[in-house]
Amino acid sequence: MKSAVLSHPEPVCIPEKKVWLEVCGWKVPAGFASPAADHTRKRIDLNEHLIRNGAATHIFKVKGDSMIDIGIYEGDALLIDRSIEPRHGNIVLAVLNNDFTVKRLHRRGGVIKLVPENPRYPTIVVKEEEEFSIWGVVTYNLHKLY
Amino acid sequence: MGGAVPQLALVDCNNFYVSCERVFRPDLVRVPLVVLSNNDGCVVSRSNEAKALGIKMGQPWFECKELAEKHGILAFSSNYALYADLSNRVMSILNDFAPRHEVYSIDECFVDMTGMPKLREVSYAMRERVGMWTGIPVCVGIGPTKTLAKLANHVAKKHPRSKGVFNYNALSEGQKALLLQRIPVEEVWGVGRKLTKRLECHRVRTVQDLKQAHVPTLRAEFGVVMEKIQRELQEVSCIELQEIQPDRQQIIASRSFGKMVTELPILQDALSTFVANACAKLRGQGSHAAVIQVFLQTNRFRKDLPQYMPSLAVPLPYPTNDSLEVNRWASFLCERMFKPEYQYKKAGIMLSEISPVTHRQGDLLEGDVSSNGKLMLALDTLNQRFGRGTVKVSTQGAYQDWQMRQERKSANFTTDWNEVPVV
Repeated sequence: MKSAVLSHPEPVCIPEKKVWLEVCGWKVPAGFASPAADHTRKRIDLNEHLIRNGAATHIFKVKGDSMIDIGIYEGDALLIDRSIEPRHGNIVLAVLNNDFTVKRLHRRGGVIKLVPENPRYPTIVVKEEEEFSIWGVVTYNLHKLY
Repeated sequence: MGGAVPQLALVDCNNFYVSCERVFRPDLVRVPLVVLSNNDGCVVSRSNEAKALGIKMGQPWFECKELAEKHGILAFSSNYALYADLSNRVMSILNDFAPRHEVYSIDECFVDMTGMPKLREVSYAMRERVGMWTGIPVCVGIGPTKTLAKLANHVAKKHPRSKGVFNYNALSEGQKALLLQRIPVEEVWGVGRKLTKRLECHRVRTVQDLKQAHVPTLRAEFGVVMEKIQRELQEVSCIELQEIQPDRQQIIASRSFGKMVTELPILQDALSTFVANACAKLRGQGSHAAVIQVFLQTNRFRKDLPQYMPSLAVPLPYPTNDSLEVNRWASFLCERMFKPEYQYKKAGIMLSEISPVTHRQGDLLEGDVSSNGKLMLALDTLNQRFGRGTVKVSTQGAYQDWQMRQERKSANFTTDWNEVPVV
């Protein structure tokens, strides 16, 4: 874990709807409606598009390569939503025997499996005596390209 | 309301700081765990396992070391950035359930559920949703007054059979009496250890005793606040939040406005007065605070108007009692929450995680407490003589390099991009 340094204390807050207004930089002729006025609209807010539930969403960074076949690489940032009821086929952040792991959830016929997206890793069949829970459902992967 | 029995719910997070630490450390779910105060001094939050091992609230950590080694008790430094963020999440969920609520501290919130159908189901749903969305376990206590809601919450916490929800209003008169007879009077909100001793002299030992105590004697001996507590136990609502000092050390400064306020600068102006008062109180008792929480409220009695009761907490960059520094944060939080479409009736601030100033200085300046104390005194004297702000500590430069001792702090999992958990 990183050393304890108090960072600038600005919590990742529940995104209230932030609205950036584009400002018209030209003079508006009196008496006529500006033809550009209709094009003034708010800028896209990524919070709105990527986070469906701010109170329940957290960011985790990826370690390892067990999910590379669906484009989840080491160092990527995952958005994880705890408010979604996990379903068969979802990519989930699971807790298996006290350890976090990101896998595809397989849940059919009373059998729970954690399926990697990399043929070099085995599928994990969750045994009854094992401690298992799902921390949240992965909703987005933020992968840096530049 | 038309005479309907008020249904006030107190939602209280269980072992809040410890629960926050566990959200990102599932490996610690059954490990005995404590969270320490500023500079790793005293225990301020305990897991149930740590409680069972005999660790006391407020106990100095050095006293616990032997026990800790024997039983593998883990200790964390306070991570206020994490706690404030998770608290804000919990409160926003409660806000969705009932717009009429009052955030009472970083981990407690009164929710007005009067007239709500299916109270029981809603309470369980509220508990479940907070648990699922945030990972923080909460208990819900419902009563006709704040004092009884708080007491009901105590029952919900103590008795596993309640499954985290207890509704005092659902009891018969006989059951109520039976319950109150079994709870010692010191569990009542606002009755501290000292008052408990004095009440004992009057043979007032249980909550039921207090409820039935002779009113004139009570008033004469204990004053008007105790009389109000008694009325609350008799199901007559008469306590405003600020009248009771909260359990955990904190300072609340708030006020209702004479008329509705709709402008941000006016709200910020009001808050700056609250900040000045609260910080003066801090300085007067030689302490500083590490967390600030700001809340705004619309008029909950004006049902014809849209309601909005947000609150937001942040950790201060370092514990402080500097009005200017605290005010900067109060203004910032106010601006973040402010929405122009509402009419505000009340606003306030809460300062918490209060500790004596000397602790910090002793640790950071290698025990050279007196010289730093003298410096502070000189500052205050100059400011008193020549006006507030004549001499001011250059906060940024001077404080940054001597942060609190926090050797055991977890990462800022939710508030710092470089410290988000790795999986």
